[in-house]
Amino acid sequence: MKVEVRVYPKEGVLDPQGKAIAAALGRLGHRAVQDVRAGKVFFIDVAGADAKAAEADAKRMAEELLANTVIEGYDVRVVS
Amino acid sequence: MKFGIVVFPGSNCDEDCHHVATDLLGCEADYIWHHERDLKGADAVILPGGFAYGDYLRAGALARFSPVMETVAAFAKEGGPVLGICNGFQVLLEAGLLPGAMQINRGLRYVCRDVWMRAENTDTPFTSLYERGEIVKMPVGHMEGNYTASPETLAELERGNRVVFRYCDPQGRVTDEANPNGAVANIAGIRNAEGNVVGLMPHPDRCAEKLLGNDMGLRMFQSVVSALAAK
Repeated sequence: MKVEVRVYPKEGVLDPQGKAIAAALGRLGHRAVQDVRAGKVFFIDVAGADAKAAEADAKRMAEELLANTVIEGYDVRVVS
Repeated sequence: MKFGIVVFPGSNCDEDCHHVATDLLGCEADYIWHHERDLKGADAVILPGGFAYGDYLRAGALARFSPVMETVAAFAKEGGPVLGICNGFQVLLEAGLLPGAMQINRGLRYVCRDVWMRAENTDTPFTSLYERGEIVKMPVGHMEGNYTASPETLAELERGNRVVFRYCDPQGRVTDEANPNGAVANIAGIRNAEGNVVGLMPHPDRCAEKLLGNDMGLRMFQSVVSALAAK
């Protein structure tokens, strides 16, 4: 099964990368951009056919390693 | 007195620390490869600077799963002195041996220069030979030194006087201009509640002898030697 884990800076946590990207987009003429937050996506292949189990597994992966929950939030989506 | 210096793939200040411990202080020191679980009788452990595991995912994130880190955590729990320098500090944060997390520097660039810090807590095995309020100069070299923590953790650190060093100007004023990376409350280094685990971003190992133009870092190593001798 394919699972996606998105990891991103928590609301309220300073995101210097997102700020720099927002400024660059503004300079390129994308004047409607008000804010950008930059995160990561992990595309994970897991064995088995149980979507619920895969999702629970991916959540544990996020908690244990993929996200630093002091500063990052995450969400998990079973894709197929 | 024996230092144990942990070596991860990508550590690059391990030899600097070894040099300080042996050539400058006349102590014993052993390298401890990240796959080992035995601290080889070390009385104090140093996690040196560098780029453990290439800083993949997040600085320090993968190093924390090294077999050696279980042993280091057990050693710290029993009160053994542990010092994390730069990348070593990042590893201690990811391993949960110190609270908080590192973000990319607010300037989005690698910062490599001397900084000034005020010694805020001299009640640790690594800072006992500094005067409280003393202003010390040390070099930094990092991309992720922008320390942050939840408001509760910060309050706890301040309440417990657990900020060890704070970035300041040469006169000792804690200002935003003197902050090289945007770290909250100008925090350069912290300790755990017990005081035996200390982490800091600046490099005492790179300023431990006059030959390098600055020996203000040497006392961090001397501190732990005298702390252990007093036991």
